[in-house]
Amino acid sequence: MQPSGQVSATSLPIGSDADLAWVRQHVRQCAAGLGFGLVQQTKLVTAASELARNTLVHGGGGRVEITPLDNGRSRGLRMSFIDEGPGIRDLELAMTDGYTSGGGLGLGLSGAKRLVHEFSVDTEPGRGTTVTAVAWVAQVPASRPGV
Amino acid sequence: MTVPEQDAAVSAPQVVSSFLEQRKEQIAQRWADTPLFRSVFTVSRDEAVEACKAVVEALSEVAVSGRLEDVGSPGFAPVRDQLGRMTQTRARTGSTASQIADEVAGLRVPVVDLLREEFTDPTAPPAQEAVLALTMLLGTLRLVVMETALDANAELIERQRQQLLEVATPVIKLWEGTVAVPLIGTLDSARSQVVMESLLEAIVDQRARYAILDITGVPTVDSLVAQHLMKTVAAARLMGAECIVSGIRPAIAQTIVQLGIDLGSVLTRSSLSDALAYALGKQGIEVSRAHANESIR
Repeated sequence: MQPSGQVSATSLPIGSDADLAWVRQHVRQCAAGLGFGLVQQTKLVTAASELARNTLVHGGGGRVEITPLDNGRSRGLRMSFIDEGPGIRDLELAMTDGYTSGGGLGLGLSGAKRLVHEFSVDTEPGRGTTVTAVAWVAQVPASRPGV
Repeated sequence: MTVPEQDAAVSAPQVVSSFLEQRKEQIAQRWADTPLFRSVFTVSRDEAVEACKAVVEALSEVAVSGRLEDVGSPGFAPVRDQLGRMTQTRARTGSTASQIADEVAGLRVPVVDLLREEFTDPTAPPAQEAVLALTMLLGTLRLVVMETALDANAELIERQRQQLLEVATPVIKLWEGTVAVPLIGTLDSARSQVVMESLLEAIVDQRARYAILDITGVPTVDSLVAQHLMKTVAAARLMGAECIVSGIRPAIAQTIVQLGIDLGSVLTRSSLSDALAYALGKQGIEVSRAHANESIR
């Protein structure tokens, strides 16, 4: 059996650049512990980096909740980035490649969405934003008859 | 000295203060043999005694002011430096914070014993009150020591952060007209600013035509890092140098593509040696094995 007990749900603060580095390291450790491959680890860490920076820059800081998942067939990782900032007024626009309100490349939200399997944004102007991203350990291509 | 037990007008802190003042020499002699002072002042016992006296004086001063539990009490000011040096010495020899705290706590017993001896009846209320006041005072001393230790640590961390900024971004001359920066660690805004400045300076100083940014040591390339890279490349281009980004690992390459970052405007090579070969080739320099003919023979 793989050591699943090592990874537990955690909540980390996002309040400074140093916190971003800590979030990245923690996500990398969690992902490695859950059995994510190197490429998937890199994708997860990159997505976490983008979303955590959004929380910091646009949400004025907040926190991330990192939860290991197990649906019986596969294991995964859920990351929820929670802030109580101004919220996103036009989500469709914010999700457009290249649209930026912060002087960046405008790939944070849309790019992060492409790096994970499940992605949802819960936002309300003035009430804050919660971005949730889920990735599953890529299954070994299943044998034809079963599953 | 005998403390006038019947004199209720003298408060416990004042009793403690005058006790500390009058028994300074004896307390210092006893403290000098405790692990805390003995292990710091290894060369001369006299030094340890002097240091102990300074601490006793400070405690007496604090007791007079009546602010027994105030860590910020001005009475501690004269010994803060000394305490800081002592904790640093202990920390350097491998003591943990809690070990140091225990050692400071070890100062309590000798001095409380001395205080008890001052009273004809150590169980009487005035004696108890004085002991309690002294215990509180020593508890505060413990906090002050911990505080100085934390301050010293915070200062150290800040200094190391600054050092990291400079140390981690050396610009290397690889060949005549070719410079390289091996980037290591997190490329945040502050770091990338330092990288850009030192690279542009090197391009001018070395009259470099080619600059290689090697990102083998960068664990995560997100859109901000990519943007920093592109800005650096654009700036180098303005200075008349062609920039090559090397060391893009397979996992990073896949991530960059999915993230949607367009590095099309940036010249990339998978390894530093490929990048160097490209730069040399462009300058018409050919690298070949020496004595090729002989090795065939």
